[in-house]
Amino acid sequence: MTRTPQIGFLADGRRLHLQDGPIDLIVEAHGGEASLRTAYHAAIYRFTGLLDELCDELPALRSAADPELCLLKRKVARRMHAAVAPYAIDHFITPMAAVAGSVAEEILGAMLQDASLDRAYVNNGGDIALHLADGEQFTVGLIDRPDQFGMMRTTAIHSSDPSRGVATSGRHGRSFSLGIADAVTVLARTAAQADAAATIIANAVDLPGHPAIVRCPAEELQPDSDLGARLVTRDVGLLEEFEIISALEAGSDKARALLAASLIDGAAMHLQGKTRVIALKSFGATVPHAARPQELESAIYA
Amino acid sequence: MLTEPTAADDKIRCDACPVMCYIKPAAAGACDRYANHDGRLVRVDPHILLERTVSHGGRLVPFQATGDWDGKIVQEPNIFVTAIGAGTTYPDYKPAPFIVSSEIDGVDMVTVVTEGIFSYCGVKVKIDTDRYLGPETATVRAQGEAIGHVTTSEYGSQMLSLGGVHHLTGGSKKEGRVTCDALMDLSNCKPVELAIDGGATVVVQAGHAPIVNGVAEERMRVGCGSATIGMFAKQWQGKVDEVVVVDDHITGVLSEHQAGKLLDIPDTGIKMKGRRSTPGRYFQVAEPGTGWGGTRISDPLSVLGPFDAKKAHPGMTMLMVSTTGEHAAFYELDEALKPVEKPIPADLRSSVERIQENCEPALCTVLFMAGAGGSLRAGVTDNPVRLTRSVKEALTRVTSGGAPVYVWPGGGITFMVDVTRLPAGAFGYVPTPALVAPIEFTLRLSDYAALGGHMDHVRPLASLKKGSTETLQMLSQAPAAGRRP
Repeated sequence: MTRTPQIGFLADGRRLHLQDGPIDLIVEAHGGEASLRTAYHAAIYRFTGLLDELCDELPALRSAADPELCLLKRKVARRMHAAVAPYAIDHFITPMAAVAGSVAEEILGAMLQDASLDRAYVNNGGDIALHLADGEQFTVGLIDRPDQFGMMRTTAIHSSDPSRGVATSGRHGRSFSLGIADAVTVLARTAAQADAAATIIANAVDLPGHPAIVRCPAEELQPDSDLGARLVTRDVGLLEEFEIISALEAGSDKARALLAASLIDGAAMHLQGKTRVIALKSFGATVPHAARPQELESAIYA
Repeated sequence: MLTEPTAADDKIRCDACPVMCYIKPAAAGACDRYANHDGRLVRVDPHILLERTVSHGGRLVPFQATGDWDGKIVQEPNIFVTAIGAGTTYPDYKPAPFIVSSEIDGVDMVTVVTEGIFSYCGVKVKIDTDRYLGPETATVRAQGEAIGHVTTSEYGSQMLSLGGVHHLTGGSKKEGRVTCDALMDLSNCKPVELAIDGGATVVVQAGHAPIVNGVAEERMRVGCGSATIGMFAKQWQGKVDEVVVVDDHITGVLSEHQAGKLLDIPDTGIKMKGRRSTPGRYFQVAEPGTGWGGTRISDPLSVLGPFDAKKAHPGMTMLMVSTTGEHAAFYELDEALKPVEKPIPADLRSSVERIQENCEPALCTVLFMAGAGGSLRAGVTDNPVRLTRSVKEALTRVTSGGAPVYVWPGGGITFMVDVTRLPAGAFGYVPTPALVAPIEFTLRLSDYAALGGHMDHVRPLASLKKGSTETLQMLSQAPAAGRRP
């Protein structure tokens, strides 16, 4: 028998949980009962074998993206490439930087192809593809430390907003970061675009050469990492406030450039308890959090 | 499990999924679920276990050994851990998700807990009704797709055989999906509407009355028409001249029946349609259907020919009743010896009620049936056939979600379980399509060792209670040659 994904509903009976190898999805849709059933079936069927499809082209997906030319064949792989291509001229980036968002988008697309839904999301480990019918909205919670409990703020995405993708990247996540941000959350038109942009911005939040930052070649940690010998962040010691601001400013410069190029709709960057927001619109109110140090409020609204 | 240590740096290659990560010592693969621990591939993810399961809303279901459940996930002293929610990989290369040892009455017991993925599986449905559901071997459909067939009927019941590998994977994709859905819903005690080619539409739900063509069945028949005559002849004697018990299988006639003869009930000149079997017993008085006694008739007189004028006389009385007592009518012969319906006298009414009282409530019962193949058994032991032998020798007890099973004699571990005995929502599926069902093997620890069990994976029950990631690591062992079943 062939390997098959794990499929199940969470205890609330609403959210579908799909897992296969490194892919872990939480899926929820709102709509008529028949539509939900159809949509979840579509998600399950599209998910089955999707990992194998990606792995067929894994060597190419782990190689630096060519900004002009895409030789990838499968739809999800091509979407990954398209999402990273705008960055490939100036940065080393592989299509893998957009894998999570691209998979989320693919599953959401399969659901919407078969069913009419009021709203739906596919959350692939924090990289989220959204669907909003007219008049609907989602409230998205932002966290600064994916490895810790606690939500620092929320933002509402309305159907009239352009964003349909949310992604978070940072050094505490499953993939390696070249930067030191605890988390960078990005809103963009698509989940794949958000995923790629979050990676780029998180890499930019950095203090090159700082002695409190421990770095290590990626391939020493994961022999087949797409980052090869590039130095990835392993640990960040306590930073001075001016250093934190400086690092966040480097990330903000990158975020502003991406916003100007319409590659993102907004970004929130977190480093050692301080937050910078670069956004088309306001991220919502801060969620009270007793144990949280005072935040540096310096949101810039474009 | 497959590891390929390379000489240079102790990397191993994980084959849990097609990403095939190379993993360095003390590091995890891309999934964060498998890691390299001293050159061995270990599962660091607690899998679908306890705390994480609960916080993620998983479905670990403790089975009650005794007493009321106090809400704790694992209870003392004697807990039986079921496989529901244990999760599984195809265990042809990974041990079963967890293997629990527990002290039960001083005997060190091992329960090997897994969720089996069963392509070879189906349900046998027993529908307590004499109504005609459809011809034997007729196709049974759900949502228009063939998912099984009508099989040989049993006493007072119609039987369906649904699912099986042919419908799950041998037909169209839709057929497989619909079959899988229907099997899972039936197994999880949910109602499923089934349409039988050339027959009825029936809503089947385990533990509930069947609904045939929109009408809920209430009772099983008390017996065939002949048996009913035998049971009630004495109660009718002296109160009525003739009784006809209408039944799809055997229609009984009191005056001709052996029971009537013994009571010296005189001939009435009644003339039955159908084929006489023995005196007072008639086959095929009418076509099968959903009317009187499982026939298609709504007017019971249609099974009678004219009365013999030499024996019948005006004023003679006759009770006609179905084998469930659901239908009954009382007649008196007029001057032309034609039966004329009259109100049923009170003393005959009570005999009809007695028939009803003796009919058991009609239920649908669903037995899940599946075969534990080589791969599932390998999750339990190095030497799969020894597990089979151990089961056959009754050293190993097989349960499904804690419920007792019947293990079919012969090869393999093919079992049947009453789905109402399992906790709610015990069955799942994978889109192969195939059903996922819990299965547990319980045996003495010493017996487990003797049959080649994965002794290094056996964890004391106490370790399952903590639920932290650190204590729930499950070590895999290096592959032995010829391990795959």
